[in-house]
Amino acid sequence: MCLSVPGKVVEKKGLAADVDVGGTIRKISLKFVPEAKVGEYVLVHTGFAMQIVDEEEANEMMKLLKELTDGPVS
Amino acid sequence: MVRFLSEYRDKDLAQGILKRIEKISKKPANFMEVCGTHTVAISKNGIRHALPENVQLISGPGCPVCVTANVDIDKMLAVLSLPDVIVTTFGDMMKVPGSYSSLSKERAKGADVRVVYSTLDAIEIAKNNPEKKVVFFGVGFETTTPTIAESIIEAKEKNIKNYSILGAHKVVPPAMKALLDLGEVDLHGFLCPGHVSMVIGSKPYEFIARDYHIPCVIAGFEPLDILESIYMLIKQVEDGRSEVEVQYKRAVKPDGNPVAVGVMNQVFEPADADWRGIGVIPGSGLKIRDEYADFDAARLFPDIEVPPTREHKGCRCGDVLRGLIFPYECALFGKVCTPTEPVGPCMVSSEGSCAAYYRYDERVKA
Repeated sequence: MCLSVPGKVVEKKGLAADVDVGGTIRKISLKFVPEAKVGEYVLVHTGFAMQIVDEEEANEMMKLLKELTDGPVS
Repeated sequence: MVRFLSEYRDKDLAQGILKRIEKISKKPANFMEVCGTHTVAISKNGIRHALPENVQLISGPGCPVCVTANVDIDKMLAVLSLPDVIVTTFGDMMKVPGSYSSLSKERAKGADVRVVYSTLDAIEIAKNNPEKKVVFFGVGFETTTPTIAESIIEAKEKNIKNYSILGAHKVVPPAMKALLDLGEVDLHGFLCPGHVSMVIGSKPYEFIARDYHIPCVIAGFEPLDILESIYMLIKQVEDGRSEVEVQYKRAVKPDGNPVAVGVMNQVFEPADADWRGIGVIPGSGLKIRDEYADFDAARLFPDIEVPPTREHKGCRCGDVLRGLIFPYECALFGKVCTPTEPVGPCMVSSEGSCAAYYRYDERVKA
Protein backbone atom coordinates (compact mmCIF):
# COMPACT_ATOMS: atom_id res chain seq x y z
CA MET A 1 0.00 0.00 0.00
CA CYS A 2 2.98 2.27 0.56
CA LEU A 3 4.05 1.65 -3.01
CA SER A 4 5.63 4.74 -4.55
CA VAL A 5 7.00 4.85 -8.05
CA PRO A 6 9.57 7.15 -9.63
CA GLY A 7 8.33 9.56 -12.27
CA LYS A 8 9.85 12.49 -14.13
CA VAL A 9 8.41 15.97 -13.70
CA VAL A 10 7.66 17.17 -17.23
CA GLU A 11 5.62 20.27 -16.47
CA LYS A 12 5.00 22.34 -13.38
CA LYS A 13 2.37 24.98 -12.65
CA GLY A 14 2.55 26.07 -9.03
CA LEU A 15 2.09 22.91 -7.01
CA ALA A 16 0.43 20.99 -9.85
CA ALA A 17 2.70 18.93 -12.06
CA ASP A 18 2.53 16.61 -15.00
CA VAL A 19 4.68 13.64 -14.11
CA ASP A 20 5.74 10.89 -16.51
CA VAL A 21 5.26 7.67 -14.58
CA GLY A 22 6.42 4.75 -16.70
CA GLY A 23 5.26 6.45 -19.91
CA THR A 24 1.91 7.69 -18.59
CA ILE A 25 1.49 11.37 -17.80
CA ARG A 26 -0.25 11.85 -14.46
CA LYS A 27 -1.47 14.97 -12.68
CA ILE A 28 0.50 14.99 -9.46
CA SER A 29 0.49 17.36 -6.49
CA LEU A 30 3.85 18.80 -5.46
CA LYS A 31 2.45 19.95 -2.10
CA PHE A 32 5.09 17.94 -0.20
CA VAL A 33 8.04 18.70 -2.52
CA PRO A 34 7.37 22.25 -3.73
CA GLU A 35 11.03 22.60 -4.70
CA ALA A 36 10.87 19.81 -7.32
CA LYS A 37 12.01 21.02 -10.74
CA VAL A 38 11.09 20.01 -14.27
CA GLY A 39 13.41 17.17 -15.28
CA GLU A 40 13.80 15.84 -11.76
CA TYR A 41 12.45 12.47 -10.65
CA VAL A 42 9.98 12.28 -7.79
CA LEU A 43 8.49 9.33 -5.93
CA VAL A 44 4.76 9.31 -6.55
CA HIS A 45 2.27 7.90 -4.05
CA THR A 46 -1.52 8.19 -4.50
CA GLY A 47 -1.36 11.34 -6.58
CA PHE A 48 1.29 13.12 -4.53
CA ALA A 49 5.03 13.45 -5.00
CA MET A 50 6.45 12.42 -1.62
CA GLN A 51 10.16 12.89 -2.19
CA ILE A 52 12.65 13.96 -4.85
CA VAL A 53 14.91 11.12 -6.01
CA ASP A 54 18.48 11.97 -5.10
CA GLU A 55 20.36 11.18 -8.32
CA GLU A 56 23.75 11.59 -6.71
CA GLU A 57 22.96 8.99 -4.06
CA ALA A 58 21.49 6.70 -6.70
CA ASN A 59 24.62 6.91 -8.86
CA GLU A 60 26.86 6.44 -5.83
CA MET A 61 25.06 3.22 -4.85
CA MET A 62 25.35 1.78 -8.37
CA LYS A 63 29.02 2.68 -8.52
CA LEU A 64 29.69 1.00 -5.18
CA LEU A 65 27.74 -2.11 -6.14
CA LYS A 66 29.63 -2.45 -9.41
CA GLU A 67 32.97 -2.01 -7.70
CA LEU A 68 32.12 -4.59 -5.06
CA THR A 69 30.85 -7.09 -7.61
CA ASP A 70 33.82 -6.74 -9.94
CA GLY A 71 36.36 -6.75 -7.16
CA PRO A 72 37.43 -9.60 -4.89
CA VAL A 73 34.75 -10.90 -2.52
CA SER A 74 35.70 -9.75 0.93
CA MET B 1 14.06 0.96 -19.25
CA VAL B 2 12.46 2.87 -16.43
CA ARG B 3 14.95 5.12 -14.71
CA PHE B 4 15.50 4.29 -11.03
CA LEU B 5 13.80 0.90 -11.40
CA SER B 6 15.34 -1.24 -14.13
CA GLU B 7 18.95 -0.72 -13.10
CA TYR B 8 18.22 -2.21 -9.68
CA ARG B 9 17.20 -5.53 -11.21
CA ASP B 10 20.61 -6.52 -12.64
CA LYS B 11 21.19 -10.27 -12.24
CA ASP B 12 24.99 -10.16 -12.15
CA LEU B 13 25.03 -7.50 -9.47
CA ALA B 14 22.48 -9.52 -7.47
CA GLN B 15 24.70 -12.60 -7.69
CA GLY B 16 27.62 -10.46 -6.56
CA ILE B 17 25.77 -9.37 -3.41
CA LEU B 18 24.65 -12.94 -2.70
CA LYS B 19 28.26 -14.10 -2.90
CA ARG B 20 29.28 -11.42 -0.41
CA ILE B 21 26.43 -12.50 1.87
CA GLU B 22 27.50 -16.16 1.74
CA LYS B 23 31.06 -15.16 2.46
CA ILE B 24 30.38 -13.18 5.66
CA SER B 25 27.25 -14.77 7.11
CA LYS B 26 28.02 -17.18 9.94
CA LYS B 27 25.55 -16.44 12.75
CA PRO B 28 21.85 -17.28 12.73
CA ALA B 29 19.98 -14.23 11.52
CA ASN B 30 16.21 -13.75 11.61
CA PHE B 31 15.24 -10.50 9.92
CA MET B 32 11.73 -9.10 9.86
CA GLU B 33 10.48 -6.98 6.99
CA VAL B 34 7.88 -4.52 8.23
CA CYS B 35 6.45 -3.50 4.90
CA GLY B 36 4.03 -5.32 2.63
CA THR B 37 5.73 -3.95 -0.46
CA HIS B 38 8.97 -5.56 0.75
CA THR B 39 7.17 -8.85 1.43
CA VAL B 40 5.91 -8.96 -2.14
CA ALA B 41 9.25 -7.93 -3.65
CA ILE B 42 11.11 -10.55 -1.58
CA SER B 43 8.71 -13.32 -2.58
CA LYS B 44 8.43 -12.26 -6.21
CA ASN B 45 12.18 -12.19 -6.71
CA GLY B 46 12.80 -15.48 -4.94
CA ILE B 47 15.03 -13.82 -2.35
CA ARG B 48 13.85 -16.08 0.51
CA HIS B 49 15.30 -19.12 -1.26
CA ALA B 50 18.49 -17.46 -2.45
CA LEU B 51 19.82 -16.73 1.03
CA PRO B 52 22.03 -19.03 3.11
CA GLU B 53 20.13 -21.36 5.45
CA ASN B 54 21.08 -19.42 8.57
CA VAL B 55 19.36 -16.29 7.24
CA GLN B 56 15.60 -16.27 7.61
CA LEU B 57 13.23 -13.54 6.45
CA ILE B 58 10.06 -13.17 8.49
CA SER B 59 7.14 -11.02 7.38
CA GLY B 60 5.76 -8.66 10.01
CA PRO B 61 2.77 -6.34 10.38
CA GLY B 62 3.66 -4.33 7.29
CA CYS B 63 0.45 -4.27 5.31
CA PRO B 64 -1.89 -1.50 6.49
CA VAL B 65 -4.87 -3.30 5.04
CA CYS B 66 -4.03 -6.50 6.90
CA VAL B 67 -3.47 -4.90 10.29
CA THR B 68 -6.78 -3.02 10.17
CA ALA B 69 -8.87 -4.55 12.94
CA ASN B 70 -12.25 -6.06 12.15
CA VAL B 71 -13.92 -3.49 14.37
CA ASP B 72 -12.69 -0.64 12.14
CA ILE B 73 -14.01 -2.35 9.01
CA ASP B 74 -17.30 -3.04 10.82
CA LYS B 75 -17.55 0.68 11.69
CA MET B 76 -16.98 1.62 8.07
CA LEU B 77 -19.69 -0.79 6.96
CA ALA B 78 -22.04 0.67 9.58
CA VAL B 79 -21.44 4.19 8.21
CA LEU B 80 -22.01 2.86 4.70
CA SER B 81 -25.44 1.60 5.74
CA LEU B 82 -26.57 5.15 6.65
CA PRO B 83 -28.71 7.06 4.15
CA ASP B 84 -27.07 9.43 1.62
CA VAL B 85 -23.55 8.20 2.24
CA ILE B 86 -20.90 7.60 -0.41
CA VAL B 87 -17.88 5.70 0.86
CA THR B 88 -14.60 6.28 -0.94
CA THR B 89 -11.48 4.22 -0.38
CA PHE B 90 -8.28 2.92 -1.91
CA GLY B 91 -8.80 -0.27 -3.92
CA ASP B 92 -6.86 -2.37 -1.42
CA MET B 93 -9.63 -2.09 1.17
CA MET B 94 -12.52 -3.25 -0.98
CA LYS B 95 -12.37 -7.00 -0.44
CA VAL B 96 -11.08 -7.04 3.12
CA PRO B 97 -13.66 -8.81 5.23
CA GLY B 98 -14.90 -7.31 8.46
CA SER B 99 -16.82 -9.50 10.90
CA TYR B 100 -19.77 -10.00 8.59
CA SER B 101 -19.18 -8.37 5.20
CA SER B 102 -16.83 -6.30 3.08
CA LEU B 103 -17.11 -3.04 1.13
CA SER B 104 -17.02 -5.05 -2.06
CA LYS B 105 -19.92 -7.29 -0.99
CA GLU B 106 -21.96 -4.27 0.10
CA ARG B 107 -21.32 -2.55 -3.22
CA ALA B 108 -22.57 -5.64 -5.03
CA LYS B 109 -25.78 -5.24 -3.02
CA GLY B 110 -26.14 -1.65 -4.20
CA ALA B 111 -24.24 0.46 -1.67
CA ASP B 112 -22.37 3.46 -3.09
CA VAL B 113 -18.69 2.62 -2.63
CA ARG B 114 -16.14 4.23 -4.93
CA VAL B 115 -12.51 3.34 -5.35
CA VAL B 116 -10.22 6.34 -5.74
CA TYR B 117 -6.57 6.65 -6.73
CA SER B 118 -6.01 9.70 -4.53
CA THR B 119 -7.77 11.50 -1.68
CA LEU B 120 -8.05 14.45 -4.03
CA ASP B 121 -10.38 12.34 -6.18
CA ALA B 122 -12.54 11.77 -3.10
CA ILE B 123 -12.75 15.55 -2.63
CA GLU B 124 -13.93 15.89 -6.23
CA ILE B 125 -16.66 13.33 -5.56
CA ALA B 126 -17.75 15.38 -2.54
CA LYS B 127 -17.81 18.56 -4.63
CA ASN B 128 -19.89 16.90 -7.32
CA ASN B 129 -22.37 15.34 -4.88
CA PRO B 130 -23.27 18.16 -2.47
CA GLU B 131 -26.44 16.37 -1.32
CA LYS B 132 -24.44 13.32 -0.18
CA LYS B 133 -22.03 12.73 2.67
CA VAL B 134 -18.74 11.51 1.23
CA VAL B 135 -16.69 9.51 3.71
CA PHE B 136 -13.14 8.40 2.94
CA PHE B 137 -11.96 5.25 4.71
CA GLY B 138 -8.54 6.38 5.84
CA VAL B 139 -6.22 3.44 6.19
CA GLY B 140 -2.46 3.57 5.89
CA PHE B 141 0.90 4.22 7.44
CA GLU B 142 2.98 7.40 7.44
CA THR B 143 3.48 7.19 3.66
CA THR B 144 -0.22 7.69 3.03
CA THR B 145 -1.41 9.73 6.01
CA PRO B 146 0.02 13.08 4.82
CA THR B 147 -2.10 12.76 1.65
CA ILE B 148 -5.19 12.16 3.77
CA ALA B 149 -4.31 15.10 6.01
CA GLU B 150 -3.88 17.28 2.93
CA SER B 151 -7.37 16.35 1.73
CA ILE B 152 -8.83 17.54 5.03
CA ILE B 153 -6.91 20.82 4.85
CA GLU B 154 -8.08 21.30 1.28
CA ALA B 155 -11.71 20.49 2.15
CA LYS B 156 -11.57 23.05 4.95
CA GLU B 157 -9.98 25.72 2.74
CA LYS B 158 -12.48 25.15 -0.05
CA ASN B 159 -15.39 24.98 2.39
CA ILE B 160 -16.40 21.46 1.33
CA LYS B 161 -18.65 20.43 4.19
CA ASN B 162 -19.79 17.01 3.03
CA TYR B 163 -16.36 15.37 3.16
CA SER B 164 -15.02 13.41 6.10
CA ILE B 165 -12.52 10.73 7.05
CA LEU B 166 -13.16 7.56 8.98
CA GLY B 167 -9.64 6.99 10.13
CA ALA B 168 -7.78 3.85 11.10
CA HIS B 169 -4.33 5.33 10.58
CA LYS B 170 -1.30 3.73 12.08
CA VAL B 171 2.34 4.56 12.61
CA VAL B 172 5.04 1.92 12.27
CA PRO B 173 7.77 2.38 14.93
CA PRO B 174 5.47 1.75 17.96
CA ALA B 175 4.35 -1.53 16.38
CA MET B 176 7.98 -2.61 16.01
CA LYS B 177 8.46 -1.79 19.68
CA ALA B 178 5.34 -3.76 20.61
CA LEU B 179 6.64 -6.83 18.77
CA LEU B 180 9.97 -6.61 20.55
CA ASP B 181 8.23 -6.16 23.90
CA LEU B 182 6.09 -9.25 23.24
CA GLY B 183 9.37 -11.12 22.79
CA GLU B 184 7.75 -13.97 20.88
CA VAL B 185 10.08 -13.94 17.89
CA ASP B 186 13.84 -14.26 18.05
CA LEU B 187 14.76 -11.27 15.90
CA HIS B 188 18.23 -10.13 14.84
CA GLY B 189 17.30 -7.24 12.62
CA PHE B 190 14.62 -5.16 10.97
CA LEU B 191 14.34 -4.41 7.29
CA CYS B 192 12.69 -1.01 7.80
CA PRO B 193 10.03 0.30 5.41
CA GLY B 194 11.54 2.53 2.74
CA HIS B 195 8.53 4.62 1.88
CA VAL B 196 7.35 5.14 5.44
CA SER B 197 10.92 6.30 6.11
CA MET B 198 10.89 8.55 3.04
CA VAL B 199 8.34 10.55 5.07
CA ILE B 200 9.47 10.11 8.70
CA GLY B 201 13.22 9.73 8.11
CA SER B 202 15.62 7.41 9.89
CA LYS B 203 15.58 8.91 13.36
CA PRO B 204 12.33 7.34 14.65
CA TYR B 205 13.99 3.88 14.59
CA GLU B 206 17.02 4.89 16.65
CA PHE B 207 15.53 3.67 19.94
CA ILE B 208 15.30 0.15 18.48
CA ALA B 209 19.02 0.02 17.73
CA ARG B 210 19.95 1.78 20.97
CA ASP B 211 17.59 0.27 23.54
CA TYR B 212 16.86 -3.15 22.03
CA HIS B 213 20.23 -3.62 20.29
CA ILE B 214 18.49 -4.67 17.10
CA PRO B 215 20.11 -3.62 13.80
CA CYS B 216 17.86 -1.62 11.45
CA VAL B 217 18.38 -1.01 7.74
CA ILE B 218 15.99 1.16 5.76
CA ALA B 219 15.60 -0.62 2.46
CA GLY B 220 14.52 0.24 -1.06
CA PHE B 221 12.21 -2.03 -3.03
CA GLU B 222 14.09 -3.38 -6.01
CA PRO B 223 15.95 -6.71 -5.78
CA LEU B 224 19.38 -5.08 -5.50
CA ASP B 225 18.11 -2.72 -2.79
CA ILE B 226 16.75 -5.59 -0.73
CA LEU B 227 19.80 -7.81 -1.16
CA GLU B 228 22.15 -4.96 -0.29
CA SER B 229 20.04 -4.18 2.80
CA ILE B 230 20.17 -7.80 3.91
CA TYR B 231 23.93 -7.71 3.43
CA MET B 232 24.10 -4.58 5.61
CA LEU B 233 22.00 -6.25 8.32
CA ILE B 234 24.18 -9.38 8.25
CA LYS B 235 27.28 -7.20 8.47
CA GLN B 236 25.88 -5.55 11.61
CA VAL B 237 25.02 -8.94 13.13
CA GLU B 238 28.46 -10.36 12.39
CA ASP B 239 30.20 -7.22 13.68
CA GLY B 240 28.05 -7.18 16.82
CA ARG B 241 26.74 -3.70 16.01
CA SER B 242 23.21 -2.32 16.17
CA GLU B 243 22.66 0.88 14.25
CA VAL B 244 20.10 2.47 11.98
CA GLU B 245 21.55 2.45 8.48
CA VAL B 246 19.94 3.72 5.30
CA GLN B 247 20.38 1.67 2.16
CA TYR B 248 17.61 3.54 0.30
CA LYS B 249 19.52 6.82 0.31
CA ARG B 250 18.10 8.04 -2.98
CA ALA B 251 14.73 8.47 -1.22
CA VAL B 252 15.35 8.61 2.53
CA LYS B 253 16.90 11.55 4.37
CA PRO B 254 17.57 11.49 8.14
CA ASP B 255 14.67 13.91 8.67
CA GLY B 256 12.46 12.40 5.99
CA ASN B 257 10.13 14.90 4.39
CA PRO B 258 9.46 17.60 7.01
CA VAL B 259 6.76 19.23 4.84
CA ALA B 260 4.74 16.01 4.72
CA VAL B 261 5.29 15.35 8.42
CA GLY B 262 4.17 18.92 9.15
CA VAL B 263 0.94 18.47 7.21
CA MET B 264 0.29 15.16 8.97
CA ASN B 265 0.87 16.71 12.40
CA GLN B 266 -1.27 19.72 11.58
CA VAL B 267 -4.33 17.48 11.17
CA PHE B 268 -3.56 14.43 13.29
CA GLU B 269 -2.36 13.78 16.81
CA PRO B 270 -1.08 10.54 18.35
CA ALA B 271 -3.63 8.05 19.67
CA ASP B 272 -3.79 4.38 20.57
CA ALA B 273 -4.68 1.99 17.78
CA ASP B 274 -5.99 -1.55 17.54
CA TRP B 275 -3.83 -3.80 15.33
CA ARG B 276 -5.13 -7.09 14.04
CA GLY B 277 -3.26 -9.87 15.77
CA ILE B 278 -1.45 -7.61 18.20
CA GLY B 279 -4.23 -5.65 19.89
CA VAL B 280 -4.15 -2.07 21.12
CA ILE B 281 -0.68 -0.52 20.92
CA PRO B 282 -0.24 2.77 22.79
CA GLY B 283 0.62 5.72 20.58
CA SER B 284 0.55 3.65 17.40
CA GLY B 285 -2.35 5.44 15.76
CA LEU B 286 -3.45 8.90 14.75
CA LYS B 287 -6.68 10.75 15.41
CA ILE B 288 -8.01 13.92 13.87
CA ARG B 289 -7.33 17.02 15.98
CA ASP B 290 -10.30 18.91 17.47
CA GLU B 291 -9.66 21.79 15.09
CA TYR B 292 -10.69 19.50 12.21
CA ALA B 293 -13.49 17.68 14.08
CA ASP B 294 -15.99 18.61 11.34
CA PHE B 295 -14.09 16.29 9.02
CA ASP B 296 -13.94 13.36 11.44
CA ALA B 297 -16.58 10.77 10.51
CA ALA B 298 -16.20 9.15 13.94
CA ARG B 299 -17.56 12.38 15.45
CA LEU B 300 -20.05 13.15 12.68
CA PHE B 301 -21.76 9.77 13.06
CA PRO B 302 -21.47 9.06 16.78
CA ASP B 303 -24.58 6.90 16.97
CA ILE B 304 -23.74 4.26 14.39
CA GLU B 305 -24.55 0.76 15.55
CA VAL B 306 -21.62 -1.57 15.15
CA PRO B 307 -22.39 -5.27 15.61
CA PRO B 308 -20.19 -7.31 17.96
CA THR B 309 -16.84 -8.11 16.38
CA ARG B 310 -16.30 -11.65 15.22
CA GLU B 311 -13.04 -13.27 14.12
CA HIS B 312 -12.89 -15.74 11.26
CA LYS B 313 -12.75 -19.30 12.52
CA GLY B 314 -9.40 -20.95 12.06
CA CYS B 315 -7.82 -17.85 10.48
CA ARG B 316 -4.32 -17.24 11.85
CA CYS B 317 -3.67 -13.87 10.23
CA GLY B 318 -2.89 -12.50 13.68
CA ASP B 319 -0.09 -15.03 14.18
CA VAL B 320 1.21 -14.37 10.67
CA LEU B 321 1.30 -10.61 11.34
CA ARG B 322 3.24 -11.13 14.56
CA GLY B 323 5.78 -13.27 12.71
CA LEU B 324 4.89 -16.31 14.84
CA ILE B 325 4.12 -18.60 11.92
CA PHE B 326 4.82 -18.62 8.22
CA PRO B 327 1.65 -18.31 6.10
CA TYR B 328 1.84 -21.96 4.97
CA GLU B 329 1.70 -23.08 8.60
CA CYS B 330 -1.94 -21.94 8.84
CA ALA B 331 -4.27 -24.90 8.30
CA LEU B 332 -6.49 -22.82 6.01
CA PHE B 333 -3.63 -21.66 3.74
CA GLY B 334 -4.07 -22.73 0.13
CA LYS B 335 -6.93 -25.05 1.07
CA VAL B 336 -9.98 -23.05 2.14
CA CYS B 337 -8.14 -19.73 2.02
CA THR B 338 -6.87 -18.67 -1.42
CA PRO B 339 -6.70 -15.31 -3.21
CA THR B 340 -9.93 -16.08 -5.06
CA GLU B 341 -11.74 -17.26 -1.90
CA PRO B 342 -9.86 -15.50 0.89
CA VAL B 343 -10.75 -15.97 4.54
CA GLY B 344 -8.37 -13.52 6.17
CA PRO B 345 -6.98 -10.13 5.16
CA CYS B 346 -3.42 -11.40 4.66
CA MET B 347 -4.73 -13.45 1.72
CA VAL B 348 -7.03 -10.66 0.44
CA SER B 349 -4.56 -7.85 0.17
CA SER B 350 -2.12 -8.04 -2.73
CA GLU B 351 0.56 -7.03 -0.22
CA GLY B 352 -0.55 -9.49 2.43
CA SER B 353 2.00 -12.10 3.48
CA CYS B 354 -0.32 -15.01 2.70
CA ALA B 355 -1.11 -13.71 -0.79
CA ALA B 356 2.60 -13.12 -1.51
CA TYR B 357 3.58 -16.62 -0.33
CA TYR B 358 0.68 -18.18 -2.22
CA ARG B 359 1.56 -16.46 -5.48
CA TYR B 360 5.32 -16.69 -5.47
CA ASP B 361 6.70 -19.02 -2.82
CA GLU B 362 5.29 -22.26 -4.17
CA ARG B 363 8.29 -24.21 -2.93
CA VAL B 364 7.87 -23.35 0.73
CA LYS B 365 4.44 -25.01 0.84
CA ALA B 366 5.86 -28.54 0.61
